[in-house]
Amino acid sequence: MLRDCINILFTALPFIAVPFVTQKSIVSLAQYVRVLKLFWQVTIAAELEYRVNFVIAVISSIGGLAGSLFGLFLFYRTDYTFPGWLWSEALVVLGIFTILQGVAATFLVPNLNKIVSYVQEGTLDFVLLKPVSSQFWLSTHTVSLWGLPDLIFGLVIVFYAGRQVGLSALDYLAMLPPLGFGILSLYSLWFILGATSIWFVKIYNVTEVLRSLLEAGRFPIEGYPAAYRVFFTFIIPVAFLTTVPAKTMMGRSEPTWLLGSALLALILFQFSRWFWRFALRFYTSASS
Amino acid sequence: MRSFRVARTLISVYYAYMVEYRAELIFWVLSGSFPLIFLGLWNQAAQSGDLGFTSAEFARYFLAIFLVRQFTVVWVIWDFEKEVVQGKLSPLLLQPVDPVWRHFFGHVAERATRIPFILLLIGLFCLLYPEAIWLPTPYACLWGSLTLLLSFCLRFLIQYTFAMLAFWIERASAIQQFWFLFYTFLSGMVAPLALFPEPIREFALWTPFPYLVYFPASLLIGLPVDLTRGLVMMVAWGAIALLINRWLWQAGLRRYSGMGA
Repeated sequence: MLRDCINILFTALPFIAVPFVTQKSIVSLAQYVRVLKLFWQVTIAAELEYRVNFVIAVISSIGGLAGSLFGLFLFYRTDYTFPGWLWSEALVVLGIFTILQGVAATFLVPNLNKIVSYVQEGTLDFVLLKPVSSQFWLSTHTVSLWGLPDLIFGLVIVFYAGRQVGLSALDYLAMLPPLGFGILSLYSLWFILGATSIWFVKIYNVTEVLRSLLEAGRFPIEGYPAAYRVFFTFIIPVAFLTTVPAKTMMGRSEPTWLLGSALLALILFQFSRWFWRFALRFYTSASS
Repeated sequence: MRSFRVARTLISVYYAYMVEYRAELIFWVLSGSFPLIFLGLWNQAAQSGDLGFTSAEFARYFLAIFLVRQFTVVWVIWDFEKEVVQGKLSPLLLQPVDPVWRHFFGHVAERATRIPFILLLIGLFCLLYPEAIWLPTPYACLWGSLTLLLSFCLRFLIQYTFAMLAFWIERASAIQQFWFLFYTFLSGMVAPLALFPEPIREFALWTPFPYLVYFPASLLIGLPVDLTRGLVMMVAWGAIALLINRWLWQAGLRRYSGMGA
């Protein structure tokens, strides 16, 4: 079962490599994919040494899920419903949130939270010397299997709730683009915050702030007061991470939201690349 | 007299250390914004129907939760785990002070450095929800602050007990994270306990979780709670944790094989 999951993980390789390939880069897409595959084979082999960790991850994931369901249930046990969201529809949002949590734990946390320590210890030098894009190296060189249970349980909830809402296979496919854009936005924000460590050095907790704000994505954005909605749409784009994919899935999203989600992801990603190059100009390495 | 001097020295040392990292502190304060998310949700919910709480009451409740959380933040397990795994505990064992006091006063000193940021956030809150401003009665002040103090001690004690497991396993903090899940959902951080279904509320009240957040917060804003039962529960859980803690500490030290031990 674990092995199947790992194989599925590897099918994601080309999608992850694509954004990092530009016309100017000397390394081709195929080479990026090969590098990525090597990175992951090594880290997965290392992680499989600690199988107990995986069991703990599964148990924590189940506990977290029970808690999330309980939190949502507290709202719906009275007659109150989030405006325009039935119980099963709100469940879809929760499922997508759980998937994103899994994605973050698998790909983002193990990589991006380490940028801080590279800067602090001066080992960033070794990364910069390598012939691949340093942003690519920093963002992808490890995966953590700890996030897999969240990914799987998130999918289970989405499919379960989707059946109750009466969604077709096509609806699930329609969700993929906004979900992909959401993940790209999330990654870019996270990376930008991680990159600020070039100046501040000791900022483990900036990403903690981001994480705690993302918790808002557990619930449909319509459940919040107006001021919160503005904040979670335009300042920390939580709405685009969970509510927009869920709405798209149920065919209730206007094209402008989808367009906004795509634009946001592309702009944030482009900004993260520019910001990283900008930040590097201020990097005073340990050896020079 | 000696212990008083030790405490004063440790507090002033750690206060100076914490002030050094002010910028980092702001982020730690902000990362406790979880109750504010639920404040928004419940505030909105209360406007559309009768839940037994008004919008202002929800606002007040979650502000109190936010405050309690700020004053009871504990991170001793991550520090202790590092000390054991990297062998840094060894030199500390040579000193004539139990290492726990370093951690404890470090936490206490950090509280003091947080206060300016917390006041700032309270000011912001008063601007946003002027209808929710309240003045605690003397009774609420007395018992609220006393239980707040107790719940900080209880939380510290429980986490320090988990930290002892670092002598046996490398990632004791994983256990803390699992514990934290229950803490999040049973401590009243997501909703006042009055809104829980009856059996779950009864169950929660027998666990230590509500006494870490809900209980002092309720006393501060004057929600009805069973004061005697709360105090008894806190003392009982504290005693259990203390016993296990000392026992694990003794057994752990015998097992400890860090550098220089």
